[in-house]
Amino acid sequence: MELISPTEFARQKVQSVQEYTLLSVQSVANLFRKPFYFADMVQQSDLIGVGSLPIVVLTGFFTGAVLALQTANTLQRFGSITLIGQLVSTSMVRELGPVLTSLMVAGRNSSGMASELGSMIVTEQIDAMRALGTDPMKKLVAPRLAATVFMLFFLTIISDFVGLAGGLMVSKLFLSLDARQYWNNAWQALVFQDVFMGLVKPVFFGFIIATIGCYYGMTARGGTQGVGRATTQAVVAASVLILVTDFFVTKLLISVLSYK
Amino acid sequence: MSTPAPPSDSVARPPEQPSPAAMVFDDVYLSFQENEVLRGVSFQLPYGETKALFGVAGSGKSTILKLALGLLQADSGRITVLGSEVTSMRELDLFPLRAHLGMVFQESALFDSLTVRENVAFRLIEEHGIYDDDIDQRVREALRFVELEHTLDLFPSELSGGMRRRVAIARAIITQPELLLYDSPTAGLDPVTSNTIVELLVKQRDVYKSSSLLVTHRLQDAFTMATHQFDPRTNQLRAMPRGQYCDVPMSFLILRDGKVIFDGDVHQLAHSRDEYIREYIS
Repeated sequence: MELISPTEFARQKVQSVQEYTLLSVQSVANLFRKPFYFADMVQQSDLIGVGSLPIVVLTGFFTGAVLALQTANTLQRFGSITLIGQLVSTSMVRELGPVLTSLMVAGRNSSGMASELGSMIVTEQIDAMRALGTDPMKKLVAPRLAATVFMLFFLTIISDFVGLAGGLMVSKLFLSLDARQYWNNAWQALVFQDVFMGLVKPVFFGFIIATIGCYYGMTARGGTQGVGRATTQAVVAASVLILVTDFFVTKLLISVLSYK
Repeated sequence: MSTPAPPSDSVARPPEQPSPAAMVFDDVYLSFQENEVLRGVSFQLPYGETKALFGVAGSGKSTILKLALGLLQADSGRITVLGSEVTSMRELDLFPLRAHLGMVFQESALFDSLTVRENVAFRLIEEHGIYDDDIDQRVREALRFVELEHTLDLFPSELSGGMRRRVAIARAIITQPELLLYDSPTAGLDPVTSNTIVELLVKQRDVYKSSSLLVTHRLQDAFTMATHQFDPRTNQLRAMPRGQYCDVPMSFLILRDGKVIFDGDVHQLAHSRDEYIREYIS
């Protein structure tokens, strides 16, 4: 492995941040500039949204189920087992639904975007697109960004619901709780701030998944090995950034919404 | 043999500027980190002429094509293409200009997720938004020009290397651009397929009078182009008598160590006294 000086290392990192910021700003601006690639957006929505549905449903369902299973013992000790619906719903809607859905979609789609765009870079298809008078930032990046943000929003809602269903299954089958009581408890526990927080997060996370995937794809160098490296880096960077952003967005929303 | 339709009127025209040549490189320098690739390259490509660009591997031939398209930015110097100075244009402003240029990449660079039909129609679909009967007709004509009409619904991975190169030519010429850039279109192909492609390039030059810059390692291809013209009656190449070579709009340019060491016609090349050039063409 080639050793580089700390100055050069720092310069490369700063340049990467600069390039990522530029790509992010351009891709948002391109959403409002003609031409609009509506067909590409629909195609990407199908690939990202519908394609991710099975893993999101499975993740959400079993997360809700295991949450109920893990907390049942503690709640029982305090005689509050009936609050299990409240615990599952607030945990899923505020935190686990958005974060786990985003991590699953990041694993599937950030890597997919990085490998697809990276392959197009190394085989000169992106250059060919530019040579044919089409802006790849508009044709390839903007539809992926719009589709990811849009579909992640709905995937999170689905994940929240199936998570509640998972909790219900455990409550009914293993804890012998009344299903109606579970639902009432889960539903009434939710306040506007919970739902708002749970639906704002996927917008940020969708933006991160798409821009990170596209950034690593569009900057891939060094043939097939470079594409493989870009794919791995995209998943790692998107996952870490989602968790870091989650902390700051949560902190911000708690302050803004005067919410505890 | 049927030929592609003329360019669509809906395509944005490049700025109307008096220009002596389709392409002008004026003292162009380019480096990649420590590696100086071009060191003061200057040449002109007159309208209607084909210029063959030679040089050893890594001498900057493909780089010149990418600079002309604005895919790379020169460190210094001026590059003018169809009257527009690409060295001072932003990426967004380059897209309308590129609609008047055609490029055939060395490895074809076909979009592997699209069929041959969609690849060839790409530029027209981008302009019109949908694939209609008019576009279908022009795609068929362009593919007929390269004799690949039967491959419409195949994917690039299902084609041979020579067929991919011919589809790339069809994609480049479908709007009949004023300037064509070919990056080693015959590299790695068998002699029969190479001859077919050379014939297509000559036909494009002589029938449509397009200007073109051809990067190649194969001297015999360039000499064939310099000594033959396309005969539309027989649909074949016709060898020109020795004294009429100067009637063929073809010139040669040789790069060495990032500089132009020869720029002239086939007659001047054959009589060059430069030792490097004599060794190169021998």
